[in-house]
Amino acid sequence: MAFQSDNKVIKWIEYRLPIFTLLDHAVGTYPAPKNLSYWWNFGSLAGLMLVVQIVTGIVLVMHYTPHTSLAFTSVEHIMRDVNYGWLIRYIHMNGASFFFIAVYFHIFRGLYYGSYKAPRELLWFLGIIIYLLMMATAFMGYVLPWGQMSFWGATVITNLFSAIPVVGESIVTLLWGGFSVGNPTLNRLFSLHYLLPFIIVGLVILHIWALHQHGSNNPLGIDKKDSRDTIPFHPYYTIKDLFGIAVFLLVFSIFLFYSPNFFGEPDNYIEANPLVTPAHIVPEWYLLPFYAILRSVPSKLGGVILMFAAILILFVLPWLDTSRVRSAKFRPVYKQFFWIFLANCLLLGVVGAKPPEGIWVLIGRLATVYYFAHFLVICPLVGWFERPRPLPTSINEAVLPKAAAAAGE
Amino acid sequence: MATTHGAAHAGQTRRDFLFLAAGAGVGIGAALTVWPFIDSLNPSADVLALASTEVDIGKVPLGQQLTVLWRGKPVFVKHRNPEEIEKARADDSASMPDPQKDAERVKKPEWLVMLGVCTHLGCVPLGNQGPYGGWFCPCHGSAYDTSGRIRQGPAPRNLEIPPYAFLNDTRIKIG
Repeated sequence: MAFQSDNKVIKWIEYRLPIFTLLDHAVGTYPAPKNLSYWWNFGSLAGLMLVVQIVTGIVLVMHYTPHTSLAFTSVEHIMRDVNYGWLIRYIHMNGASFFFIAVYFHIFRGLYYGSYKAPRELLWFLGIIIYLLMMATAFMGYVLPWGQMSFWGATVITNLFSAIPVVGESIVTLLWGGFSVGNPTLNRLFSLHYLLPFIIVGLVILHIWALHQHGSNNPLGIDKKDSRDTIPFHPYYTIKDLFGIAVFLLVFSIFLFYSPNFFGEPDNYIEANPLVTPAHIVPEWYLLPFYAILRSVPSKLGGVILMFAAILILFVLPWLDTSRVRSAKFRPVYKQFFWIFLANCLLLGVVGAKPPEGIWVLIGRLATVYYFAHFLVICPLVGWFERPRPLPTSINEAVLPKAAAAAGE
Repeated sequence: MATTHGAAHAGQTRRDFLFLAAGAGVGIGAALTVWPFIDSLNPSADVLALASTEVDIGKVPLGQQLTVLWRGKPVFVKHRNPEEIEKARADDSASMPDPQKDAERVKKPEWLVMLGVCTHLGCVPLGNQGPYGGWFCPCHGSAYDTSGRIRQGPAPRNLEIPPYAFLNDTRIKIG
């Protein structure tokens, strides 16, 4: 149905470019399940953070100098000389963390409510690709201030590729544009750090397109049947998303204004020194679980493979999970394993932050094994053997049992 | 009946108030959020710190011009000889686009200090050239006299005089 309006300007444009119809379908009359909970707020929050990162990033680039001899001082120049530079940089720095916070909630919500299952597999794939690009972008951004953690983080991450047999060393030299991390490396990472967010924007558009093909999943995990199961996106979910944004930004502001370096490492306020590695080198918190997996494997190539596999395995999850019921609400066994899996991921994060010695090595290995066992063993078997609870016949009936009963009489 | 009407009216007013208050809150919040981003484009502290320049003019011979950089722009410090001063004063009452007396443009007649930026579109005029023996802009042909006043061509105003002061006989501070 086309968008209706009496405004002559809108009509004139609409006749030539039906952009109002497009917007109306996307965020206007788009019928959304009427039972979406606050766990469904994190998609719009992630989208908001992407915009915040792009806007602050564009302004930061106006003051930053991508050269090894000037990068560190130009960041200090932003912090001290540029009007509100401290604010814009701290928004960008903490914004990265809050972008990941929103995305992790979004991903685990998808895992809990089975949002990756048919017919939403491609939607899930696009999400994983966005997540991978986010990690790459965040890593590259972390290199730009050219502090100690930037330099050694770049050295460690690029050296991951040296694990590839035969061509590994050549690939690393290619990535560096030299024989160590240096100015050519900084310049290319800067270029890509600016490019990738716009690619992410494109993928987000595809992600939303794929979402709107079959509509949002919902806490019950059952398909919507008729108009009684849905409400228009606007005003119901626009206002709910706005409320979520207000709360999220409030929490963001607490960190931004009262503890802006909470997520950072003090060592990154020391300028990069190719001669000295910091005593305790850790990645940003959002990469810690994968860092833990990398270190748990006593083989260079094996660790790298397992680390990448930890993310790529998400691509086959729609088929590894053999249950036809989406929502964990009706899956008593899977529900337990979901929380164990979540706890295991957090544990991997803790392990990644600890020095790789003593008991942490063992814990890291067990947690790594469990991580993969969850996908490869638990998900298929639970799907087969679990007896799901009975599903409601419709969203409307589950949400408004009395109204449905009255209608049935 | 009257009560019902009153209640409905009260409800509407309350909703209107909330709507306007929320709208105003969002508007003010948005403006406060946008301001730091716009202000970040203004000159930063290190740029403002370079806003004044001291120049030693003791070694500029009579008739010569020293060009110094101030705020990223050239400033002409011209040591005028008596003929140039005379010529500038003689033209004080001539017809020109931006009438100004020579005495208004200098602190000491032999020292003419002005921005070397053409008031047309910002090029740097060449010295001792053009029909009036002053400056001539190569970009679009604006001709300035020995007082830096526009006499001919598309430029609308005389060459600008920056704020400056004589610290002593041989030293000036621009800005």
